[in-house]
Amino acid sequence: MKIFVPVKRVIDYAAKIRVRPDKSGVDTNGVRMSTNPFDEIAIEEAVRLKEKGIAKEVVAITMGPKASEEVLRSSLAIGADQGVIVNTDKPLNPLSVAKLLQKLAETEKPNLIIMGKQAIDDDCNQTAQMLAGLLKWPQATFASKIEISESKDSVKVTREIDGGLETLSMKLPAIISCDLRLNEPRYAKLANIMKAKKVQLTTKTPEDLGVQLNENLKIVSVEEPAKRSGGSKVTTVDDIVASLKKHSLI
Amino acid sequence: TSCLVVAEHDNQTIASSTLNTITAASKLGGKVSVLVLGNKCNGVSDALTKVQGVSSVVAVDHPSLEHPLAEAISPVVAELSKKENHSHIFAPASSFGKNFVPRVAALLDVNAISEITKINDADTFVRPIYAGNAICTVKSSDSFKVGTIRTTAFEKASLSGGSASVVSANDWAAPLIEKSLSETGIKWDSGEIKKSERPELTSARVIVSGGRGLKSGENFKILEELADTLGGAVGASRAAVDSGFVSNDLQIGQTGKVVAPELYIAVGISGAIQHLAGMKDSKVIVAINKDTEAPIFQVADVGYVGDLFKAVPELNDALKKAK
Repeated sequence: MKIFVPVKRVIDYAAKIRVRPDKSGVDTNGVRMSTNPFDEIAIEEAVRLKEKGIAKEVVAITMGPKASEEVLRSSLAIGADQGVIVNTDKPLNPLSVAKLLQKLAETEKPNLIIMGKQAIDDDCNQTAQMLAGLLKWPQATFASKIEISESKDSVKVTREIDGGLETLSMKLPAIISCDLRLNEPRYAKLANIMKAKKVQLTTKTPEDLGVQLNENLKIVSVEEPAKRSGGSKVTTVDDIVASLKKHSLI
Repeated sequence: TSCLVVAEHDNQTIASSTLNTITAASKLGGKVSVLVLGNKCNGVSDALTKVQGVSSVVAVDHPSLEHPLAEAISPVVAELSKKENHSHIFAPASSFGKNFVPRVAALLDVNAISEITKINDADTFVRPIYAGNAICTVKSSDSFKVGTIRTTAFEKASLSGGSASVVSANDWAAPLIEKSLSETGIKWDSGEIKKSERPELTSARVIVSGGRGLKSGENFKILEELADTLGGAVGASRAAVDSGFVSNDLQIGQTGKVVAPELYIAVGISGAIQHLAGMKDSKVIVAINKDTEAPIFQVADVGYVGDLFKAVPELNDALKKAK
């Protein structure tokens, strides 16, 4: 079984977000970048399937500028076998990413694609669903449990939905997007990080794949959110009750 | 404009998220058509004809629509949008809408716009990014504008005042559904939805929410008692969920539910960015925490520094007396 895991390089979850004064976007200069946390969960899950002998090969795929290769190295250090970068400096929206992944999937024929449910930069939560639609494959989003059948031709996925859980059965090939509670990603060992540096990566371009990037959704502005004027403190429980009364909440 | 709203429901009643989405669709100023996909869901379709702002209701009734699988509903939504020439397709940004809306966009070869909080005009939409740490305005030149609506950003449409009628689309939709289900080989196995006496988190007027400071799942009992006094719902931070105190469906935050009640009481919650992203649009925020430096106090209208195990029962008693 071959598994594809798309991974994205994003501003680290712990870094402070600074909006550029010209409102053109968020400042990434000198900001710590890392693998999208949901994608780390996806890599971890794929590597565990390999360690259990269910999967043979885990291919990490990223897209964007050359610096994105970092997240491929991190994925290799966790246990992915191969890294592929679709190299472009142009902005990529989820539709373009899904189309590029579609082309890769059509030639490489993975049995399963596991990816994060959303990237923590644009918070889109779209690529897995779009890719499933383009490939006409079944999808299970927001997965918290993945069980491959013994015959390796189907998968049972438990999904986190509003108000509870549901379980779906899908024939392979299929697409799964990961939620937080699927697993806890391991830390890569130093020896594996060193080994990952030596792996030859595959580089492709959107042109190689014959994909026209979609530019129909343009960013008009990126602004700071409105600030809340909080900060006032009270000393007794009666003060809380009094202010709830003042706000006509009781 | 002509907007198609895909209704969220449980085959018996309209989910309140659908009513928020209808309000968002009405802001476009044109027709609002609602699509109901379900199994024996006539009651939902009929109720939607009376909702303020709805111009027409299209119903698809099929046994395999008992649970809303993206594979079953996406081809129908895409096909109906083409048949009826809709300019916009909206659904709530709930686990229901997030699951299928991007799939519809891909079938139509257009972008999807997630978690819309404001509609500037027919092509321009506002949405939060970076967990609400930045606000992004986007302009679409796609032939269909496909998006999910953040329900807390729009009021609920009134359940009365409309006079639309129901048209069935079973004849052309049923074959599409059956084809897609056999093509993808997907099956719904089982589900467990927790039934609660308390209001649903995303539509509750009051939310009492607990964090790691609660120390255990049993201790959430004091929050439940306070919530019941106020007629509210109980929520939790990711830290409380990750510590195993409560189940994931209570999680409020960037990766959980986004809420904006009239009153949000944060108990033993430090106020990590990812939690604030899910609740900072609440009208009044009360924070109870023993750590003076906790970031939650920076957004709280009322901050109480002290022991929550003492303060919460005291507050509950005081509120009961004040009633």
